[in-house]
Amino acid sequence: MKFVISLHINPAVLDALTDEEKAAIGEGHGAFLDGLKKSGELITTQALADPSQAAVVSVRDGQPVVTDGPFLEAKEYLGGFYLIDCENKERAIELAARIPDAAIAGLGVEVRQVMFEDGLLEA
Amino acid sequence: MTERAIEDLLRELTPQVLGTLVRRHGQFEGCEDAVQEAVLAAAVQWPDEGVPDNPRGWLVTVASRRLIDQVRSDQARRERERATADEVAPEDVPDTDDTLVLLFLCCHPALTPASQTALTLRAVGGLTTAEIARAFLVPEATMAARISRAKQRIKAAGGTFRLPDGAEREERLRVVLHVLYLIFNEGYTASSGSALDRADLAREAIRLARMVHAQLPGDGEVTGLLALMLLTHARRAARTTAGGDLVPLDEQDRGRWDRGLIDEGMGLVKAALAGPALGPYQLQAAIAATHADAATAGETDWPQVHALYLILERIAPNPMVTLNRAIALAETRGPQAGLALLATLDGDERMAGHHRLLSVRAHLLEKAGDTEGAYAHYRRAAKGTASIAERRYLESRASRVKP
Repeated sequence: MKFVISLHINPAVLDALTDEEKAAIGEGHGAFLDGLKKSGELITTQALADPSQAAVVSVRDGQPVVTDGPFLEAKEYLGGFYLIDCENKERAIELAARIPDAAIAGLGVEVRQVMFEDGLLEA
Repeated sequence: MTERAIEDLLRELTPQVLGTLVRRHGQFEGCEDAVQEAVLAAAVQWPDEGVPDNPRGWLVTVASRRLIDQVRSDQARRERERATADEVAPEDVPDTDDTLVLLFLCCHPALTPASQTALTLRAVGGLTTAEIARAFLVPEATMAARISRAKQRIKAAGGTFRLPDGAEREERLRVVLHVLYLIFNEGYTASSGSALDRADLAREAIRLARMVHAQLPGDGEVTGLLALMLLTHARRAARTTAGGDLVPLDEQDRGRWDRGLIDEGMGLVKAALAGPALGPYQLQAAIAATHADAATAGETDWPQVHALYLILERIAPNPMVTLNRAIALAETRGPQAGLALLATLDGDERMAGHHRLLSVRAHLLEKAGDTEGAYAHYRRAAKGTASIAERRYLESRASRVKP
């Protein structure tokens, strides 16, 4: 079963961390990624650039309108995700709990099953 | 020989060649890699250069050389490498069938079902890592890591190349059958991805079940599983519309069912039911046979379907079985009786909010004339499924009964 584990980051929470804490998060993700690769459960992972660099695109009367900044005025933003293929939802949750973000208040780790996919794998 | 025929031949020879190598050298892990490389080499060479006179001997020779190369590249094992090289006698190919032994090893209990399936398809089914990865819609690197981890686990757990004895053998056979069932289901449920790849998985599961059946013709559950697969696969063409929409059993064009597969499946069911003890696969096959026996949905022998589910529920209690029995009960004694049975599942944690429970309840409420309740349950069930085809189907049902 395929799941996306999405990481919801809060820039203010991340900024308040010490350098050591930030380094520990980086190392934690590195170790997590390594484990997923070895067990044959990782499909891909992507981390996103800062939400301040986002552009929101809409089309009104046939004309594209572009505004800078994220779509939602929120404290938390999508920071990245892991796309995994594992045994069941319980296993996905067990894996998600190993992500360092899960232990930090103000950061969110969410698990959702994949329903449709295309384009990642060659035909 | 056509490429397709060569492919079939290679898949048939893979477990035999692997068995020969493991008997000769031990180390299942290294032998499995070597055989995979030899099969890949054959798939490239044979279509151009022709199939050798003794294809099995060719594969054993090439795989043995690859194995020696592997051992040679390991400097620390220089001494053992010479011993291995001396042992190789490519002409000596014993005529034993190691399919079962290999299946038992690939379905080692130390592995997760996903690993058992992947390893079985490669080591016994003769599929390449790339083919298995495509069928399960994961990158090749993911599948390669999974297979390699599986082999390490077997080694660490002390798995050996022999048939287990007595009770252990019986237990392992159940795991083997479950793995084949999972492979078949993966091919049968068109949840995502290209339908073609998925049908190939179902066919592969049937081919492997035939291999096991040939080795153990007297085992009722093996016969039952093969029959269940054939009877289910027979409905494949009628199961979806050209647009990919699901067609429920009672609305399927039975003229599009594959009569050849049904006849073969029915024959196997009769043979299996004549045996001393009934198992879950035999009963499920008997239920599939009862449906196959009805020329139209209206002629279905529901009392028999219900009786079979009742036995199944007793020997292998499972809320999914109760759920299916509720459908049969509704057909024989009316929707209220079915709904009453469903109510007994409400306290079951495994079924809480499960979309199958919601969709069956929706179906029975619809039959009972409660369109409002049916609508609400179809909508909730549609949200609960992770299959697009199923969601589309449930949404169309909801629209049909919308008050």
